[in-house]
Amino acid sequence: MIDLTPLSDLLDQFRDPVLLTGLVQVGAASILAALVVGLSRFRGLALERELGVALVRGLVQIVAMGMIVGLLLTVDFVWSGVILLFMMGGATWISKNRGEGLPGVVRVSFFAIVSGSGIVIVTMTFAGAIEATVRNLVPVGSMIIANAMQINSLALDRFKSEIESNRAEIEAGLALGAPPAAVISHHVETGVQASLIPVIDSLKSLGWVWIPGIMAGMILAGENPIYAALYQFVIMAMIFGAGGLTSMTSSLLIGKYVFTDAEQLREISHAGGE
Amino acid sequence: MIPPTIETENLTRVVGEETLLESVSVSIDPGEVFVIVGPSGSGKTSLLRLLNRLDEPTGGTVYIDGTDYRELPPRELRVRVGLVPQDPALVPGTVFENVTRGLSLRGESIDEERATRTLERLGLGGYADRDVADLSGGEKQRVAIARTLLNDPEVLLLDEPTASLDSASEARVERLLTELDVSIVLVTHDEAQARRIGDRVLKLRDGRTVRVGSVSQVLA
Repeated sequence: MIDLTPLSDLLDQFRDPVLLTGLVQVGAASILAALVVGLSRFRGLALERELGVALVRGLVQIVAMGMIVGLLLTVDFVWSGVILLFMMGGATWISKNRGEGLPGVVRVSFFAIVSGSGIVIVTMTFAGAIEATVRNLVPVGSMIIANAMQINSLALDRFKSEIESNRAEIEAGLALGAPPAAVISHHVETGVQASLIPVIDSLKSLGWVWIPGIMAGMILAGENPIYAALYQFVIMAMIFGAGGLTSMTSSLLIGKYVFTDAEQLREISHAGGE
Repeated sequence: MIPPTIETENLTRVVGEETLLESVSVSIDPGEVFVIVGPSGSGKTSLLRLLNRLDEPTGGTVYIDGTDYRELPPRELRVRVGLVPQDPALVPGTVFENVTRGLSLRGESIDEERATRTLERLGLGGYADRDVADLSGGEKQRVAIARTLLNDPEVLLLDEPTASLDSASEARVERLLTELDVSIVLVTHDEAQARRIGDRVLKLRDGRTVRVGSVSQVLA
């Protein structure tokens, strides 16, 4: 017999009185947004249609996401792994576009994102920093995966442009009988460094330039601000850790894939990635 | 050290729809200066890259002293059969760092005296500490030649090595090439140069052999 408990749990969420409060808040925010649309029309910016569509689309998308998250939160803990793996697959698909043309980019991205974010998620769950529940694992895990994806994309993008713009230099090194790994080590390092700049800057500016979402949310929910700050740092450190591992893994692996068995630099095609 | 005999057997390279080289079979004798001439796009550079195995033949192969070069470790092959590309592709840094790049990338010890001597032979005495960014095109080209010579190759593949050199530097490089105890495969568009230093000449057109023989036979 099919278990309908998750569905009934989801329907229960629609009966929560807080939704009414939410709708009132949406109404207030919509008035402000409508004001901007009206001003756009008044100023002849010809943006009202695009603004209107964007606002409605954003509301529908975010509510749909809320419903999906609501449904996900009702499933068994064991499904967390499946959900996170699915997210990693999606992250690979998006990330590979940045390295399009690099040989083995899908395999490398998937392995790098799974290992980079996977190691951090598992370690921090065992350490107790992420509660072993779907409610915690999925949103925190998704944040780590999304950042690993961005960092992987940056690393691949930079590595690809390094290879394309330094092809003559790399081949001159190979022609001297040098090992491929030694010839491209500088370009691998450049890719890793470039990919980690945004997260390093975020860590540097943490607290005095911006108060990140989790900390703000915890404070709004009445949590001790110092604990909220500490937990935010834990999240940032996890993002940095997962991103660093992902970036280093993908750069090292892709560095091997760009050479043939006879240690020739492959052509980077602009048609496809694998 | 006796340079090896190099034989290409139906050497072919096709990329997509384009045939870069088609069934080129030549034999390069130990110690000779073998010149490749032909118009742009005739396959001269493609042949040099194949000899250094920077590219893979799509047909045929190369024999080094009778051994199929695909059986040799690529790094060993590239040290023995050294290529000086037309684009020197120097890395940011000093002349010394660039000249010793092959050795340092392979993790081998660097003989500073030998590096200095090699630079002097190419008219670059006192250049060791100069930044390569400050060099002229001709000087960069000579640094690239010194960089490959420091690998002690048995065969030297040169792609238009004097294209950006003035006549004095060109004469110096030509003199050096004839003094070296190596086989030389020289790509040039300059038939006068081929006559001056070449022993035999291969003429290519559209990736195919037009003629191969002595300088007087081919460049008559």
